Amino acid sequence: MDIAFIIEKFILVAVIFGISLVIAMYSTYAERKVAAYLQDRLGPDRAGPFGILQPLADGVKMFMKEEIIPTTSNKWLFIVGPGLALLCACIGTAVIPWGSPMVIGDKVVPLQVSDINVGVLYIFGVVSLGVYGVMIGGWASNNKYSLLSAIRAASQNISYEIAMGLSIIALLLMTNTLSLKTIVEQQHGWHWNVLYQPLGFLIFMVCSFAETNRAPFDLPECETELIGGYHTEYSSMKLGFYLFAEYINMFVSSAVMATLYFGGYNYPGMDYMATLLGPTWAPLFGTAILFAKIFFFIFFFMWVRWTIPRFRYDQLMNLGWKGLIPLAIANIIITGVVIAIIEKF
Amino acid sequence: MESLSNKKKVLEQKPLSFMERMYLPAIAKGMGITISHLFKKEATVRYPEVEREFSANFRGMHSLKRDENGKERCTACGLCALSCPAEAITMIAAERKPEEKDLYREEKYAATYEINMLRCIFCGLCEEACPKEAIYLDGPIVPADYLRKDFIYGKDKLVEAPLGMKK
Repeated sequence: MDIAFIIEKFILVAVIFGISLVIAMYSTYAERKVAAYLQDRLGPDRAGPFGILQPLADGVKMFMKEEIIPTTSNKWLFIVGPGLALLCACIGTAVIPWGSPMVIGDKVVPLQVSDINVGVLYIFGVVSLGVYGVMIGGWASNNKYSLLSAIRAASQNISYEIAMGLSIIALLLMTNTLSLKTIVEQQHGWHWNVLYQPLGFLIFMVCSFAETNRAPFDLPECETELIGGYHTEYSSMKLGFYLFAEYINMFVSSAVMATLYFGGYNYPGMDYMATLLGPTWAPLFGTAILFAKIFFFIFFFMWVRWTIPRFRYDQLMNLGWKGLIPLAIANIIITGVVIAIIEKF
Repeated sequence: MESLSNKKKVLEQKPLSFMERMYLPAIAKGMGITISHLFKKEATVRYPEVEREFSANFRGMHSLKRDENGKERCTACGLCALSCPAEAITMIAAERKPEEKDLYREEKYAATYEINMLRCIFCGLCEEACPKEAIYLDGPIVPADYLRKDFIYGKDKLVEAPLGMKK
């Protein structure tokens, strides 16, 4: 644990944290723009050229607004809720490999905060913790809508976590490792896992929509039934934290999808690019490729949101328990059988 | 019961087929529709900078006209105020002094002429009632404002610019 190591990691953490906050900020802008263009409108275009300063204006607004804590709420938990939501959203980025190790001078800098050998489990742990922010906030508000929304969020997340975990197991049967770094390295070039696990990817993607409380599974915050859902009582930057957490969650699950199924920073022809750009710049190019994939998935999240109507609650539960879980189990069996056959012959 | 109009449609409530229960074909179709809208022309008009073209008989803000010599046409007869169904128009008449001959066309003129734009319904009856062709609703949309009192437009806003100053 020399001081250089600590500094290196600190810089990496700061950069990743900053990037995820900026991406979350601009996701709000992108969401409004995508929504607008999908509906033949223009979207925000007043603050700065094409409205690109809109997120800053929104941020200032969030900070300046009056902050109201209901007298009947549990004050401490009311404050903890949004903080926890944001924290859980942010720490998911720690195990994602953002690029292959970068060579600067004679130093090799891994573009990953920590390569723990149970990275996939860590992601799952963090994702399932995320619901606590929503639950605590919804419960502490002491409001029936918030409480209903918190219950919905909890049951929805638990239901879909099972299908998500089962879809991942099929993937792990193939990769034989839980380390995200190794999983990405196995997908070198064009050997992306989605080519071998299309059904698993589909299940994983549907579940990550449910995990991030995004449309069509945004039941915890559906306005027509629950006003604002779990953040009905929240105002000012506490509300901002919840909204931010949602967008960071979206970013993290896009990153996880890109890492697990779409090859992370790998792309066809990367060996040629590596000789062309050298060991310092080639990893950064890979990172750019990874971010392109992430942005595509974020766009996909938004595209789906502005296309598909919200599920009814019983439909959501039917889909989760009777649709996705049997499908995921079938996927495991098929994968297992195929692997056994391949190993036999 | 027998339908008299013959317009009644009987809808069958069939259980969903397997493809429909999979959701995916329908979702893919919907996504195709939304993405096609990404490349369509936006219907938005960026209002303050760009204005939508109005039809020829659009009725906007009033303007009090001048004659070919630049004199105000209005003689404060009060027919517009009388015809106004919303009672938005008031005026005070005054007699023209000899030295004001170039300003007003006839001996009587409107010293103050006020239209309450919050009351006005832009029906155009004042324009029809006017015997002197002095008032027309040919202006732009009346802009928004903060205070009610600022919506009472006086002669400073209503009278056409003098001939030389016309845009």
